[in-house]
Amino acid sequence: MSGLRYWYAENRGTMFALGLFVLMFAIYLFNYPSALSANVFLTAANKAVLLALVSMGQALVVLTAGIDLSIGMTLVLTNCIGSWIVTGDALHSALGIAGVLAAGALCGALNGIIIIFGRLQPIVTTIATGAVYYGLALLLRPVPGGSINEDLADALTGKVAGVVPASLLILLAAVVIIWIPFKRSTIGRAAYATGSSEPAAFLSGMPIRRAKFASYTLAGLLAAIGGLFLTFFTDTGEANLGSANSYTLFSIASVVIGGVSLLGGKGSAIGAVFGAFAFRSIGDLLFVFNVDALWQPLFQGVILLLAVAIGACGLFRVRNRLEWFQ
Amino acid sequence: MSDVSATSWTTLMSRLTRKIDKPIVIAFACIVALLLVGGMYSRNFTSPEYILLQLKVGAFLGIIATGLMMVILLGHIDLSLPWTITVGAMMACAVAGHGDLGEMLAIPVGIACGVLIGIVNGTLVALLRIPSMIATLATNAVAQGIMIVYTGGSSPQDSAPQVMRWLAAGWLVPGVPNAVALWVVIGGATMFLLSRTTFGRTLYAIGNSERAAYLSGIDTRLVTVAAFAVCSAFAAFGGVLLAGYASKAAQSMGDAYLLPAIAAVVLGGTSILGGRGSYLGTVAGAILITLLQSILSVAQMPEAGRQIIYGVVIAAMLLLYGRSKREA
Amino acid sequence: MRQDEERPFFQMSGVSKSYGGAVALDHADLTVRRGRIHAILGENGAGKSTLLKVMSGVVQPDEGTMHYDGREVSFASPAAANAAGIVCVYQELSLIPDLSVADNIFASNPPRRFGMIDRRAQRRQAEEALARAGAADINPLAKVRDLPLSRQQMVELAKGLAHEPRILILDEATSALTAADVARVIEVLRRLREEGLALLFISHRMHEVKALADECTVYRNGRHVLSFEAGTRSDNEVIEMMIGRKYQHAFPAKPAAKPEEGPADKSGRRLAAEPVLACRDLAWSDTLQGISFSLKRGEILGLGGLDGQGQRELLLALFGVLRGCAGTIEIDGKAVSIASPVAARANGIGMALIPEDRKTEGLMLPMSLRENLSFAALDRMSTAGVIDRDRQQSFVDRMMELLAIKSHDVDAAVGSLSGGNQQKVVIAKWLVRQPRILLLSDPTRGIDVGTKQEIYQLLRRLADEGAAIVFYSTDYDELIGCCDRVLVLYEGRIKKELVGPAITEQNLIASALDLPVGQKSPSTGVSP
Repeated sequence: MSGLRYWYAENRGTMFALGLFVLMFAIYLFNYPSALSANVFLTAANKAVLLALVSMGQALVVLTAGIDLSIGMTLVLTNCIGSWIVTGDALHSALGIAGVLAAGALCGALNGIIIIFGRLQPIVTTIATGAVYYGLALLLRPVPGGSINEDLADALTGKVAGVVPASLLILLAAVVIIWIPFKRSTIGRAAYATGSSEPAAFLSGMPIRRAKFASYTLAGLLAAIGGLFLTFFTDTGEANLGSANSYTLFSIASVVIGGVSLLGGKGSAIGAVFGAFAFRSIGDLLFVFNVDALWQPLFQGVILLLAVAIGACGLFRVRNRLEWFQ
Repeated sequence: MSDVSATSWTTLMSRLTRKIDKPIVIAFACIVALLLVGGMYSRNFTSPEYILLQLKVGAFLGIIATGLMMVILLGHIDLSLPWTITVGAMMACAVAGHGDLGEMLAIPVGIACGVLIGIVNGTLVALLRIPSMIATLATNAVAQGIMIVYTGGSSPQDSAPQVMRWLAAGWLVPGVPNAVALWVVIGGATMFLLSRTTFGRTLYAIGNSERAAYLSGIDTRLVTVAAFAVCSAFAAFGGVLLAGYASKAAQSMGDAYLLPAIAAVVLGGTSILGGRGSYLGTVAGAILITLLQSILSVAQMPEAGRQIIYGVVIAAMLLLYGRSKREA
Repeated sequence: MRQDEERPFFQMSGVSKSYGGAVALDHADLTVRRGRIHAILGENGAGKSTLLKVMSGVVQPDEGTMHYDGREVSFASPAAANAAGIVCVYQELSLIPDLSVADNIFASNPPRRFGMIDRRAQRRQAEEALARAGAADINPLAKVRDLPLSRQQMVELAKGLAHEPRILILDEATSALTAADVARVIEVLRRLREEGLALLFISHRMHEVKALADECTVYRNGRHVLSFEAGTRSDNEVIEMMIGRKYQHAFPAKPAAKPEEGPADKSGRRLAAEPVLACRDLAWSDTLQGISFSLKRGEILGLGGLDGQGQRELLLALFGVLRGCAGTIEIDGKAVSIASPVAARANGIGMALIPEDRKTEGLMLPMSLRENLSFAALDRMSTAGVIDRDRQQSFVDRMMELLAIKSHDVDAAVGSLSGGNQQKVVIAKWLVRQPRILLLSDPTRGIDVGTKQEIYQLLRRLADEGAAIVFYSTDYDELIGCCDRVLVLYEGRIKKELVGPAITEQNLIASALDLPVGQKSPSTGVSP
């Protein structure tokens, strides 16, 4: 059996998400040939990258059979922090960026610590911490405001060499610098193991606690990159609850579309990225087809439902019904 | 077996102590503590009017949390509450606008919409085996989409009919607001359901081990669909009441109830993993959350502080309750 | 070599461990020598597993000392024990289902390059480890989840060997292996013994113990009873050491009536000899291939053969759990379609299944004894959906008495009962329905000898009262002692039907290995 066959079986979910996205993108381009050069594409790419970053973070947590319902709040919090400190000259801005990233990582780390040492369930822990992070965001920005280093903002939300959106490069960098080393390390493998079977991982002597801690902290870090980016994008800091909730819930949707199992142990953050792209393209596609803005949420919902239900098709191959109950 | 009186006394005592869940005690203690703290701030806090008002507002959350508890007992979650609440409210108001027949059918239709959503949820989870978190997320999105199309994006024009307003804010029994009375009736029925009926005990069984329940010949799929249907029905009914209270339905009126409902159930000692929990705890949790939100608002705490305190309290109480045991 | 063998390599003295109120180990001792294979014997609850868990760092003892190669040691985690060269191969697998074989073998210490896992080196080393374990046919890239249980156990063994152990512990690690695998593993273990490895293993199979062990130690109630050289004590003596009393004749007498006649009902008439259950060409996936048999009232039909030949799946198929079964099932002559356990237990069919794993498939451990006894029969204890407390209480009382379930408090969690009592609860909950057909999947696995005997008596009594029983067991003695007929399965087919006096150990083993009945088993002398 060649390695290729196994690789395909393992990455089937990611391939599905990629295929879905490519399909949607192709339809988009087909109907809107000048899309690639238009500004609307740049905006779409930027927004997609934002969701992709948050979804990547969510994927890291979901791999351990956890969930992070505070990730949208972390995004918003780091957005507000960025609107305060990423200003001034290059050095000051650089320090500000470091500060924002550290804040996001700290949020994630706090989640991890409560879940690991408090032994609370992730869903309720992150609901509680999410409220706290949102409250902090509100403290920083009761009303939208602030500013950001404009040169940096223009550079990072624009195009590199006039062709490739800088945001895509940032996303690529995140994948290469954060995800790939994580996945290939013992900690990353322990994260998969924890999601797959925590008792077996323990018996095998794998570093379960370190893996969970790393997952949650990196999720916070990725959310912070997203928050930073949001600040660059909107030039303000805003503690928008609706926005925070949307990012959280959409990240879960992207993760599922991307083939990451909510039960843990299976999938890839790259799949989540494609899932996020596919999810966002729904909106863009509807725009291209001149679908009434009124109908967009419905279409988005139905497509999400279909994408999720298709994943359930694997069900029909199950011949021993006991496998339904794990 | 021969010395009936002695053994029955000891078993009675052990049964009582077992029934008294640590979380419920802590939750009620916190309620009392909050009232005392509030009482120190102002006399109003311990007045009957204030307490009654809290119960009334808490009833809406309480009824929604009741339905959610059943789903959580199974080991699932229902994230479609926000728009189920809104759908119930909007459809009831819409139907009420159609004359006398409309007014009569308004509430049943609202609840029926909830049941429909619940059946869809249950089917996705029990038959298609889609994890409940994502399945209900999807149905929430679809429900939202449908409502946005239906209302044209703005708040619906229909206002709540008389009967809904009366249900939410009126008084049938003197001194007891209708909403509270409804909660008592629904709550009582739920306690009976959970402890004395096959459906209720099956919820606990499935929550503990769906595998073992299935192999015992229990129709786990039917029970799951039914539980989701009940949950959404209660949520829709909650929406009906909320619309009655505010005299109309509004976009996104349900959003503010999802996390408090989950918190209410969990703070009441029901395990988020399912299989464990007592209804009295959910009652305590709902009152606690309502009280907390109210005190923070009366103390004119800015929203920022409220959110932080809200989160810290939930985390602290959960840590107090005792954590998941490490597998031996 | 001789000197090494005489000096103890590893020693545990006075080790105690309690879980809450339950004492698992009570000042237990253990002496392990290099180059020897040492069998650990004892009933379940005797403390064997706990002893080995202490040794391999999974749990920490409350008291006592461990000496390893002359120094006193303690292990805070499995990783620490592994690092010291003590490796355990588990029965409840320590394999992670969604990872590959190679990832699993090197779960705790993979080859690395620049801080990241070196996939290529890992694959190569995994191939070597698999070859050393005698399982070179397993592809290191395969996902563990996709492998059958016997292959998984070989991976588990390879994983253990990859740690280069000095002491290897096998905790019932051969239960699912095919005969060929067992032969290979025996060779591997003997070779390792020659190289100076100290080997400890737990097994309930006396045949394996006799074939492999150099010395044996018996534990009872958490204490060390006796250590002796293999072969110096008879089976009966060993069992008596394990149970602490005289070993009585284990099995109830089988009915004198000829198999063609049915049992007498209360009025003395012979019931129709028509089969209550008949199966024709039952097939499913690749696991069941054309099974046909019939079962009469009052009969106990055994299912034998090696592990994993389709016995479990046959029971699941009958109970309606498997989808896509071909073939027909007839109850009392009428063809039926059993779509789910709900249908299987319904009045018209009346089946009951005692599943294999009582903890995850038979009971809700945190719920009370009363509730667990009620779950299979809630419909019979309720009117219009409301549970009738009195009816429930009378059912519960009757079952507690019938099965002699020992518990002070009906409302205590069933998880606090002993394994034997738990299994009785699983059986009792079905008896409330008075099933016509009782399916049992290895019901006495991990149960103490006393409770086993009670279960055998119960089954015979139920059969005498008219129930039809299908009994899958991995224990030859049970099949010989309890069953009127035995179907030996091999690769999903009925290889041989043994009736009455033909049910002997020889014949069971021979048919299981697909040898003609009457021939001796292969020269390793080991029964699978």
